[in-house]
Amino acid sequence: MRVSASTQVIAPIDRVWSIVSDPERMLTFMAGVTRWEVAGERRTGLGARYRILFRVGAAEVGGLIEIVEWDEPCDLAWTSVTGVDQRGRWRLREVTAGRTRVELRLAYGVAGAGLWGWVAERLAAPMVSSQLRRSLQQLKRLIEHEELRERAAARRAARAA
Amino acid sequence: MASTRVDSASSRNGHVSPEEAGLVAEPSRGPLLSRVVRGLAGQITSRIPRADLDERDPDFIRERLPLMWLLASIWYRGDVRGLGNIPDSGPVLLVGNHSGGNMIPDTAIFTLAFSTFFGVERRFYQLAHNLVLAMPGLGSLRKFGTVAASQANARKALESGAALLVYPGGDYEVHRPSWLRNQVDFGGRKGFIRLALEQDVPIVPVVAIGGQETALFLTRGERLAHLLLVDRLFRLKVLPISIALPWGLNVGDMLGHIPLPAKITIETLPAINLREEFGPDPDVDEIYDHLIRLMQDTLDALASERRLPVLG
Repeated sequence: MRVSASTQVIAPIDRVWSIVSDPERMLTFMAGVTRWEVAGERRTGLGARYRILFRVGAAEVGGLIEIVEWDEPCDLAWTSVTGVDQRGRWRLREVTAGRTRVELRLAYGVAGAGLWGWVAERLAAPMVSSQLRRSLQQLKRLIEHEELRERAAARRAARAA
Repeated sequence: MASTRVDSASSRNGHVSPEEAGLVAEPSRGPLLSRVVRGLAGQITSRIPRADLDERDPDFIRERLPLMWLLASIWYRGDVRGLGNIPDSGPVLLVGNHSGGNMIPDTAIFTLAFSTFFGVERRFYQLAHNLVLAMPGLGSLRKFGTVAASQANARKALESGAALLVYPGGDYEVHRPSWLRNQVDFGGRKGFIRLALEQDVPIVPVVAIGGQETALFLTRGERLAHLLLVDRLFRLKVLPISIALPWGLNVGDMLGHIPLPAKITIETLPAINLREEFGPDPDVDEIYDHLIRLMQDTLDALASERRLPVLG
């Protein structure tokens, strides 16, 4: 099953990339995510691994994931090593200068689970989809508010000078 | 999955012989009854599979997770908290209160939560009553890591570095009347504490609420169990009577029942390192009292969150 959500953030693409590629900031905006820990020596980049969990219904689902695509500042994709099969992608594109389109995609399932797997994937889809939308709203708010605060601080500094 | 306990004597890798189960006929019962008892006991004993920890099958569990998730999320609206309190690796004894008659939702929901939280790769075993493993159609439980309740099996599981889930209250607690649903009652069984001390593993209390609302449990039927010899034949101290779907009046709950969709909440408490908290030579009774009080307080807190039975 594949779900996705997208939004536009009023911020430069590099700024958005710096947030979505930072494992330590994931918990601050990813809805439903209860764990996003670096597993291994690499913190970011191709081959970095994270232990993640997100709540769907009665269970916290996740496992070990590995970054399999790192195309700064446009694409970041991961795939599961253990746990529920999943493949996720951050897809960032510059719309205009200072405005970025952000898309978050997630494909998930349990290979070999048969009919019940099919049913569960579809019943979980609205929950997962809603978490993705909320995550993007929180990401947008986080980045745009940081941008506003930084611009205000710069103005104050300019006036003081 | 049915009631479990760890403090019973056993041999043959978790199997009990008629003699061990106290099934040697009493002279007063007569020779015919003696033969019937021996025959039945032999049949049951032969059906109990040999416990083999290697029968646990991670791929099998993984493929069943969606069905378990559907049941847990849709039917029981399961809410499992505090799994982060379980040490990330190494052997650990998970001690739970037991509810729901022979159709125990707590165990299924906790198994799902544990398997998705830590991954099916982490070894996780559950002790179950011998009779459960002997029942036709429940053989797949062994693939989930369910083994016959015995000290030997528990020791083996912990020595392998696994997490082990036990329900000391066993059949006694799981069939308590519904009006005692918010009561932790291990029936004084303390074998699990001696096991944790012997193996030097932490105990993690697991408190669940809601299971005893899946039917109207009326009585444990202890006298009935004694009268009909099931206490000696099947190691069952109870022959419960309940009102449950689809049977109406349900005696014994041997065929199970359709559980009502009661909301199940499970809370996992911080690990207790017995020797750190109770000294190098801890008193088993003191640990038991502490654990019961801790779990009861948690159950009371969970009960105070509930507004209505079944709905939660």
